[in-house]
Amino acid sequence: MRRHLKKTILSISAVAVFSTGLAANSWATTDIQWWHAMGGVNGERVNKIAESFNASQDEFKIVPVYKGNYTETMTAAIASFRAKKHPHIVQVFEVGTATMMAAKGAVYPVEEMMADSGIKLDKSAFLPAVISYYQTADGELLSMPFNSSTPVLWYNKDAFVKAGVTEVPKTWPEVFAASKKLVAAGYKGGFSFGWQSWVMIENYSAWHNIPMGTKENGFAGLDTQFTFNNKNVTDILSSIAKGQQDNLFLYGGRRGDSLPMFINQEVGMWINSSAYYGGIKKQAKFDFGQTMLPYSPDVINKPQNSIIGGATLWVLKGHAKEDYKGVSQFMNYLSSPEVQAWWHQETGYVPITKAAYELSKKEGFYEKNPGTDTAIKQLSLNTPTPNSKGVRFGNFVQVRDIINEEMEAIWNGSKTATEAMDDAVRRGDKLLRKFEKANR
Amino acid sequence: MIKRTHFKSSPLPYLLVAPQILITVAFFIWPASQAVYQSMLLEDPFGLKSEFIWFENYVLLFSDEIYFSTFLRTVVFSSLVAFLSLSIALLLAATADHVVRGTRTYRTLLIWPYAVAPVVAGTIWMFIFDPTLGIVSYFLHGIGYEWNHRLNGNQAMALIVLAATWKQISYNFLFFLAGMQAIPKSLIEAAAIDGAGPARRFWTIIFPLISPTTFFLMVMNIVYAFFETLGIVHAVTKGGPAKATEILVYKVFNDGFIGLDLGGSAAQSVILMLIVITLTVIQFRYIERKVEY
Amino acid sequence: MIEKRPLATWFSHTVLILGVAVVAFPIWITFVGASHDAIRMPQVPLPLLPGDQFFINLKAAFVEGVGNAKEQSVGIMMFNSLIMALMIAGGKIAISLLSAFAIVYFRFPFRMIFFWMIFITLMLPVEVRILPTFEVVANLGMLNNYWGLTVPLIASATATFMFRQVFLTVPDELLEAARIDGAGPMRFFKDILLPVSRTNIAALFVILFIYGWNQYLWPLLITTDKSMYTIVMGIKQMLEAAEEAPEWHLIMMTTLLAMIPPVLVVIGMQKLFIKGLTETEK
Repeated sequence: MRRHLKKTILSISAVAVFSTGLAANSWATTDIQWWHAMGGVNGERVNKIAESFNASQDEFKIVPVYKGNYTETMTAAIASFRAKKHPHIVQVFEVGTATMMAAKGAVYPVEEMMADSGIKLDKSAFLPAVISYYQTADGELLSMPFNSSTPVLWYNKDAFVKAGVTEVPKTWPEVFAASKKLVAAGYKGGFSFGWQSWVMIENYSAWHNIPMGTKENGFAGLDTQFTFNNKNVTDILSSIAKGQQDNLFLYGGRRGDSLPMFINQEVGMWINSSAYYGGIKKQAKFDFGQTMLPYSPDVINKPQNSIIGGATLWVLKGHAKEDYKGVSQFMNYLSSPEVQAWWHQETGYVPITKAAYELSKKEGFYEKNPGTDTAIKQLSLNTPTPNSKGVRFGNFVQVRDIINEEMEAIWNGSKTATEAMDDAVRRGDKLLRKFEKANR
Repeated sequence: MIKRTHFKSSPLPYLLVAPQILITVAFFIWPASQAVYQSMLLEDPFGLKSEFIWFENYVLLFSDEIYFSTFLRTVVFSSLVAFLSLSIALLLAATADHVVRGTRTYRTLLIWPYAVAPVVAGTIWMFIFDPTLGIVSYFLHGIGYEWNHRLNGNQAMALIVLAATWKQISYNFLFFLAGMQAIPKSLIEAAAIDGAGPARRFWTIIFPLISPTTFFLMVMNIVYAFFETLGIVHAVTKGGPAKATEILVYKVFNDGFIGLDLGGSAAQSVILMLIVITLTVIQFRYIERKVEY
Repeated sequence: MIEKRPLATWFSHTVLILGVAVVAFPIWITFVGASHDAIRMPQVPLPLLPGDQFFINLKAAFVEGVGNAKEQSVGIMMFNSLIMALMIAGGKIAISLLSAFAIVYFRFPFRMIFFWMIFITLMLPVEVRILPTFEVVANLGMLNNYWGLTVPLIASATATFMFRQVFLTVPDELLEAARIDGAGPMRFFKDILLPVSRTNIAALFVILFIYGWNQYLWPLLITTDKSMYTIVMGIKQMLEAAEEAPEWHLIMMTTLLAMIPPVLVVIGMQKLFIKGLTETEK
């Protein structure tokens, strides 16, 4: 037994040594590590971008590494930074922006890096609603937008016909009216949504040009406080909660958990990211469309603009100067119209530059795929105001959890909308103070 | 504690314990002490700025009513999982021990869940109970019961209890069956001749004789429910809805690994470590006493 | 059985069949899911009977690869999991046998301190101290290799504790006899203790193999190299595709495949395993 065991251990060690040897094998080119959170088909596309960049020159080699979902990727990057084993580029979702921004000694702002490497960055080429989320108060671009989306209203055209809904809803009252017709026509519910903090708090506020917190939603300082317990927000949440009684609204979980409800025609409308286009197209056995978010006419006459979600690429300090030349070249490549248009058309994420949008238009993409320009139109509906350029709150990952919990308390009837939002603001402010203290 | 006869002291015993001690110090004691230190820091995630704040993280934790409800919830969850998985496994083991034919087949079929990783087990159960897609929720809907664990906290709790119990039945079953099969057949035959039926024999002979196994399993199950269910909670409910399924180990993970509140999370780990050490000492003392008989 | 009680026997079989049905149901659903295609899976109601795509999915998993970017073959991930599980099981058993031997059979200064140092690590899972442990591993240069994947998980006392219990039940006469024969400590260890603990080694091997096979968070944090990914990581990755619907048919197929090695280990070693359990728990 023991001899046997020893043999096993020996052979295992041999394998281990062999594979370490392989990993240490050096290449003539400089490797640039890019940690990302794109699983599934989008992961393939990420690899394709890296491959085509690698083929375009022979000085640098981008190595894309999938590190789990958004939170896992961010935590892995931070843990590795503490251990000085961090990648050059890491993909961080929009709620991590404040955390990354506060880490001044760790982050190499993209604009600064490009300037240091002598590569021109034309900020005016980018869509304002996309880059405003990632700029400092004086306009410096901190990270490179990569995959951005915005919530839209998805609807089932067949169900609308069946229920006699002739006009696609533009306002919340119209959404409720259409829902009533859908339920009357035998559908289980009218509408549902996912990523509820992003859709119903962050975007609802931006869309109606009302602040979600003080200090320009956190852009102007760490001493910010939440204000999303205002009457406009609680009113819409109350009326949705009221609509639950008649099944006008059905809650189907956080993130994209409620997608099957839309796919299986339990509900006729679904508010969630425009990036679900590919998934819906693949699975839905009905005719569907997307349109802009509904607005409340008693709050605003004309909606403002929505804000983005998704992720950007952050550059971490601590590597050789030469490496950052490669990173800059790659960023430049990534934001070129061809790459962006391809990425946008393949994934359903919005193009980040105007040129990529124009190129897609010229290629006739929106004619072949009607509705796919909803997101970009909605994002650039108006010039972003301080209320609609994005949010920048510390510890926002945890704050979103709190908002999720409190909203769930509304949906299961244990709290009224006002109680829940008051509690969410109180708990959220505590985290803001903690963040302020840690980053003083 | 030690053999009466033993080898002379020499450098040898140090060499023998060296690998274990090295690994323990490097990968357990050092990181654990780092966690204790970190629990007294206020730090940004990257570790660029940090401030020593003594016990403020603990004060914050204990002044949070949510932490206490998490604690209570963990106790309820763990007791439910331990009780259910032990009693179901005991029933299955007792019947498998009773039947003559097919024991091997039953055993082979019953041990599968043990081979499934907690994260994967959670995924399968989530899939079965998905409010829209799930096969079980579909049938429940058919008989007029609405299942939506994404909204209903009690249903969510029931689901993670179910998944955690399912995963643990196999392990308990194997230990119970092993314990029962080690009981000399003559004892049971003697009781049968005295006219004791199977149920009576079970309670008067078998159950008392396997009590060491039961106790051992009880501790193991509580520890399992306390810690190893992290993967299940993470895959099935992520602590929701509205914290209804947030247990201690998930909170540590969620605050630290996802929320990046390193100090607060470290303070929670220290408390968990204290709980584990207490459990360990209890178990240890019990087993020590038993060995000395 | 001892006496004829057909009713009790029938009752037992009923309970067992019911138990098996409930316990095996999720496994069955996994199998059914693995045999349908991508379109069928997200449609209500889900199938209860297998479809005809089993071998197509099997081929997809093995040849075309699954998970992120479809470039990881299930085969490679399973190989990594296998190495990881074997190293953890083997390593833990080896170091635990040695330290239990030292603690039981030698009297030396600091013996009790060592014992408690080991013992305190009994149950705290790595997830709870994962970030500080990661820093240690990174500083030791053990990222992205089998050492980093396994050695930190070997630091646990369960096995040491079990072997200590076994050694304590070995009669003292054996040691005296060995001494009369002039056998040194290592001889005694090899010729007496190892054979005596054979079944316990088997039982622990099963438990530790499964423990190693089922790791998720640790491999996720320590590997950045695709060639080092493990199967449980692979499954979780397929579930986490951002803003996309999960490919349930492939997930279920991979899950099914991931179950096979641990199940084989349990079934193959169940006789020794059960014997090993009984001997320690007596």
